[in-house]
Parts: sequence; structure tokens; C-alpha cells
Amino acid sequence: MFGKLSLDSIPYHEPIIMVTAAAIAIIGATVFGLITYYRKWGYLWTEWVTSIDHKKIGVMYFLVALVMLVRGFADAIMMRTQQAIAAGGAEGYLPPHHYDQIFTAHGVIMIFFVAMPMVIGLMNLVVPLQIGARDVAFPFMNNLSFWLFAAGMILVNMSLVIGEFAKTGWLAYAPLSELKYSPDVGVDYWIWALQLSGIGTTLTGINFFVTILKMRTKGMTLFRMPIFTWTALCTNVLIILSFPILTATIVLLTLDRYLGMHFFTNDMGGSQMMYVNLIWAWGHPEVYILILPAFGVFSEVIATFTKKRLFGYKTMVWATAAITVLSFIVWLHHFFTMGAGANVNAFFGIMTMIIAVPTGVKIFNWLFTMYRGRLEFTAPVLWTIGFIITFTLGGMTGVMLAVPGANFVLHNSLFVIAHFHNVIIGGVVFGMMAGFTYWFPKAFGFTLSEKWGKRSFWCWLIGFYLAFMPLYALSFFGAMRRMQSYEQTSWQPLMIVAWVGAVVIAMGIACIVIQLIVSIRDREKNRDLTGDPWDGRTLEWATSSPPPNYNFAYLPAVDSIDSYWEMKQQPGGFKRELATSFEDIHMPKNTAEGPIMSLFGLFFGFALIWHIWWLVGLGALGMFVTFMYRIFNEDTDYHVSAAEVEKTEREYHKRLEMQA
Amino acid sequence: MATDTLSNHDAHAHDGHEHHDPGAMKVFGFWIYLMSDLVIFGTLFATFGVLSQATAGGPTSQEIFELPFVLVETFLLLVSSFTFGLAVLAQNAGDRGAVLKWLAVTFLLGFGFVAMEIYEFHHLIVEGYGPDRSAFLSAFFTLVGTHGLHVSVGLLWIAIMFFQISKRGLDSVTKPRMLCLSLFWHFLDIVWICVFSFVYLFGAL
Repeated sequence: MFGKLSLDSIPYHEPIIMVTAAAIAIIGATVFGLITYYRKWGYLWTEWVTSIDHKKIGVMYFLVALVMLVRGFADAIMMRTQQAIAAGGAEGYLPPHHYDQIFTAHGVIMIFFVAMPMVIGLMNLVVPLQIGARDVAFPFMNNLSFWLFAAGMILVNMSLVIGEFAKTGWLAYAPLSELKYSPDVGVDYWIWALQLSGIGTTLTGINFFVTILKMRTKGMTLFRMPIFTWTALCTNVLIILSFPILTATIVLLTLDRYLGMHFFTNDMGGSQMMYVNLIWAWGHPEVYILILPAFGVFSEVIATFTKKRLFGYKTMVWATAAITVLSFIVWLHHFFTMGAGANVNAFFGIMTMIIAVPTGVKIFNWLFTMYRGRLEFTAPVLWTIGFIITFTLGGMTGVMLAVPGANFVLHNSLFVIAHFHNVIIGGVVFGMMAGFTYWFPKAFGFTLSEKWGKRSFWCWLIGFYLAFMPLYALSFFGAMRRMQSYEQTSWQPLMIVAWVGAVVIAMGIACIVIQLIVSIRDREKNRDLTGDPWDGRTLEWATSSPPPNYNFAYLPAVDSIDSYWEMKQQPGGFKRELATSFEDIHMPKNTAEGPIMSLFGLFFGFALIWHIWWLVGLGALGMFVTFMYRIFNEDTDYHVSAAEVEKTEREYHKRLEMQA
Repeated sequence: MATDTLSNHDAHAHDGHEHHDPGAMKVFGFWIYLMSDLVIFGTLFATFGVLSQATAGGPTSQEIFELPFVLVETFLLLVSSFTFGLAVLAQNAGDRGAVLKWLAVTFLLGFGFVAMEIYEFHHLIVEGYGPDRSAFLSAFFTLVGTHGLHVSVGLLWIAIMFFQISKRGLDSVTKPRMLCLSLFWHFLDIVWICVFSFVYLFGAL
């Protein structure tokens, strides 16, 4: 009846997990109680869960990402604590089977359920506004993407309490992830969580690719698009071309585990090297999927706060495009030690070094934009400058790793850990925090507290250097990654420094939470009525904050880069005048099919993990029937009446006049 | 004139519920989906290429492939592509009856293809050459089976399309869906030509 699932699947004997589960249960019950008490379920359902508004979907992505950041960070600080203790024969407090799950969960959560939703969340919020569109190309699919992602996220979190998570590392290398060596459900959780969220991501990629190519406003040629939109376009190209490889690779591993096939097994002709190649053929483009939009954020932030057009717009675009192409021909640098031969290694080593060139172009573009600009040191700018320095360092250690000879020494050592945290924290996290602070007022109509934003930045910056510089040093002494314990007591002092760094980062995360609380408390004081708090350059600042669901009453026309800025520079300036007549606006309707399909998808994945075959059938049938309902549903869109548009616009202008 | 969320250019053709060719955007999006699907097939082809000699003491491709049988399968699928083309021509001519007729013929041909493939798979498994016998057979079954699964989904789609067109006729909803389905069906034909050449023909040499 319940397949492999029984009451014994719940790890009662693990106090850490049980306490965590209890904490989650209490928080969950509190949230549930509050929503019920304030009678907000209907509001949540109609305004958020079923919403096809790209701005709200973006907010939901980012919210999930912030919650998962806390979860992923909890894993991180547990590992740092373990390594600070477990020296010279001490076993620490985490047994190997638990420690292995934690480093796997940390990697999976941080990449798939923190970095990805932050990137996709910002894309959702910003891209349609920047190109002057009223929504994305396929609004229903956008909602479905989010809920499929959410289903994957729920599966990962379920593994904490029901059963266990993979003990294989975040990429589940075969043959360790094969049934023979990982007979438990951990790898199956990994498989289905990634399949569900990965399909959501592919759909997002297609959706935004079409949106950017087909829905730009009048006059916005490709080379007049804001840089963030350009980086989003390139990221979507990478998603469309690389995520199917991940999907296919996981399917092959699934067939090995469920149907006894031999793609990656040790016996019967299977090839583990095939797995490692395939997973990195997706995995390397993936890191550029994350970093390119961060580059876009920095470009917007720097141009806005120096009050100058971005230096070298065209080279920035071509550098982004070059990185997009090159990211597909460097994957082998993740496993130089496999033994592909000197020529193959040399090719991939050189390609990897070449990718540093367009990245360098970007760094110089940002520097030259700041040069002789009137730079304001706001929180987004601090994140940007912190990024330029930190990322450059990380890039250099990356080039070191790209030398095959050096790589044989550094492979699987803490050097690799220090390097990729150097570029992911210094690049993606800083970028997403800059974007979060920069575009938050667009989503909510009030600015975030600068004071707490800057405190968060300093904690993250200092914490990062404290936590990861010691790892570079330790790697030269021979410290490897994924150690549950180690003999050399001489490593312990640096491990403790790294632990202190993690604590400082924890303070940085706390500052973000405080920043949110303080800013919401003082929202009346920090309200931005114009919709343009930073004196911005691109179209998203031309509408009100938060924008009405149709974004623009009239679609703006564009005739240059930074067209909105140019309009403001005209003699007389840009006037937010009320139009004299309004038109009906055609919009898609909210829909429950996305969340319902994803709920059945969640049943489907959970049932496959535990081999509950009747539930597998039910989940699949549920998804199919819901989809059929959508196909035959003719009531999918409506018109916002001209009168309603006029009313909304009049209210906005009334607020503007009151402020003036 | 009403402005429209789904399009920004050519704001004509708005009567009531009609928007500026959201159909064209759907078809473009579907092209992009097909390209991503192509990457899945590319991955499976690459895997087959790497594992095709890994027979682990089991049968080799020369021993199990029967080209005449596969040739019949191939022709079923190629002819079905032709008949689907006729269905699209009928749609352009606005002839609902002919669309339904050619859809039915396409369905039968596609069904014949899938039935033959199932027979082939069943035959191999009964002989003891199932996908768990060797890495080569795993890769073979998965590549060919993934294509077969796509064709089966296509058959389901044809059935739904048949039902929907007979119910509501050829309109702004069903027409773009027919175009997407036609793209899908021809795409599967092209993939099959690669399967036939790289898997069966090279394998039988």
C-alpha cells in the first residue's frame, strides 16, 4: 500500500533532525494560524497562488529563495562547526552519513532553490517592465513553472523528515548514486526534486526567450535593450540548451536505478565517465545561467548611480554573447584528472582561460562607467564594488584551476570550494542582493532601509573573506573537500577562523531580515510615489510602483538606449501626465491549473521515490486531467475596461500631485 | 482599438476576444521547445554512440537488428508525415471534414508504427535481450523508446485534436494547435531518420 514508506522512515533517533522538524512545525503552525486568524487564505489564493502576474510570480520566487537561503545556510554553518571540532581523532557531532547528506543538501539547495529562484525571480519582476510589455508571452506557463519549482523545493524539504537525502554530493556522481551503493531513497529524492524544478526552469527559459524576442515595445531594437534584459536573454538561451541535458542525464540515472539498466554502472558495459561528462555539459552552462543576470544587475546599478550611460554598451552585449557560447566548450575542466589525455585537457584549459577575456571586458566597462561619474555610495553600489574586487580574485583562482597541471594538485581540494564560493558569493549572491535592494521599491512602492542594507553588505563581505580565504590556505596543506573529520590538528586554527567567517555571514543574513522588518515598519516614511526613486534610466522606472497589473496604460515608445533617461533630459523634462482617453486592455485571467498540476506532480514525485505505484498513477492522471481542463477551458482572458484603467491612473496621479 | 497584453506590434485584428496573432507567438514558442527537445535527443544519441560497442557479452547490433522490419516502420512514419501535411493543407483550405479525415489516417499510420515498435521490443525482451542485458541495449532501448514515447504522445495529441476540431471547428484556438502538432509530428520524423541511419543502418553493417 505505501511502498517502501513506513513509520520507520522517520529518523526519530536523530535529535538534530527532530529538533529542526519541531521548529519547522511550530513556525509552520504559527504562520498557518495567523493566516487563518486574519482570514487571508482567500486573499493568498486569488492574489498570489493563482496569479499569472509576472511581478507577483517574481516576488514569490524571491521569497522562496530567501527562506531556502536560511535552510541552506543552516547546513553550511553545521558543516563549518563540524570541521572546527573534528580534528585529530575527534569525531565531532555529525556522523558521516549525516554529514554527507548535509553537504549534498547544501549544494543542491543553494544552487537550485536559492540562486536559481533569485535569478528567475528578478527576471520575472524586471524583464517585462524593461521591454515595455504587459506580461510574459505565456502567462499560464509562467505560473506553472513557479509551482513546479515549488513542488521540487517541497520534496527536498520533505527528505529532511521523511527518509533521508542523497549522500553523494550535489551532482550525484555515478556509480556512487547507483542502486548498488545508494540503495536508500536519498538519491531518489534528489532525482525527482531536480526533475520537477528543472522542467519548470526549462519552461521559464522558453517563456522569457519568446517574451524578449517578440514582445518588446515600439522602437526597442535588440541593441536598445537594457543590459539586464540582454543578460536575461542569454541566460534563457543557456537554459533552453542546457537544462534538457540535465533532464536526459537524470532520466538515464533513473532508468539505471528503477529498471536495472546499465548506463553508468560498474558492470555490463556502463560508463561512469559518460555521467560525469553529461552532468557537467549541463553544469558548466548552469554557472553562467546564474552569473550573467548578476552581471546585468551590476550594469544597471552602476549606470544608474553614476548618472552615466554604461561605458561600452556594445562590448558589454558582445562579451555576454561570447560567454554564452564559450560556456558550452569548457565543461571538461571540472575533471581534468579523469585522464582524457594531454591534448583534450590542453584544449579545455585554453578555452577556460579564454572565457576570462570577455569577463575582463565587463570588469573594465564597469570601472570606466564609474570613472568621472558621480557615484553615490548606496547599498546596491556597495554590493557592486564588493563584487568587482571579490569576483576578480575568484576569477584569478579560476584561471589557476584551468591550468591542467595545477589542477591535478588542486582537484577535489578545498581550493575548489574556496574558488567557487568566491565567484558564487562574490558574484551571484552580491548581484542578487544588489538587485533585490535596487528593484524592491519597484515591486512594493517603498525603498529598503539603506542602513541595514549596508550593514548586511559589510557582514557578508567580511564574513566571506574570513570564511573562505583560510580554505585556500588549507588546500595548500592538503585539505580535501567533504571531510567529516581530519587527523592534522595544525589545520584546526584556520578551520576555526572559517567558522567565525560563517558566523559573520549569519549576521549578514540577519541584517537582511532586519532590513525587511524595519523597512516594512517604516514604509510610510520611505514610500516612493513617483515610481522612480533612483532617477533611473530604463522603462521599468517610467511606470508607478508597484505597477498596475497591466504595467503601462499606454505602451511607451523608445528611440535610444536608456530612452527613459533621455526623455527626462528633454527641455521641460519628463512629465507624468494623465492621458486624456483610455482604452480597454486585454489581459490573461488568473488560473488554478498551475498549482493543481504541480500538486499532482508533487504526489507523482513523492510516490516514485517511495515506490507507491497507485499514487504514481493517480498523480500522473491528475496532471493529465488538469491539463486537459486547461486545454478545453475557453475562459482564459478578459479586458480591463477603459474606465477601470482610467480610475487606476487617476489615483496614481492624485498621489503624485499630493506629494508635489 | 484595444491594446493588448499579448502583442505590441500590429495592433489590428482585434475583434472582441481576438488578439494580434497570439497563434504566431505560440508556434514560435513551440519551435523553441522543439529545439530543447532536440537537445534531449542529442544527449541520447551521444550516449548511444559511446555505449554502442559496450555489449558486455550480450548480443551485438548486427545480431538483433532486422532491417526489412525497420524499413516498414520507417515508411509508416514517413507516409504519416505526408498525410499530416495533407491535413494542414485542408486546414488552410478551411475544409474541416478533410482535416479530420487526414488526422484519422495519420493516427492509424502512427499507431501502426508504435505497434511495430512494441512488437520489436517485446520480441527482444522475450529473447533475453532486454534493456538490462548490457549498456548497449540500455542505450538502444532508451533512445528508440524515447522516440516511441514521443510518437505515442503525438498520437494522444492527434486524438485530442480530432475531438476538439470536431467539437469547435477550425478557429483561432485550434488552428495554431494544429500547426504546433504538425511541427511536432514532422520533428519526430526527422529524429526517426537519424535513428534509422545511425542506430539501425550503421548497426547492421
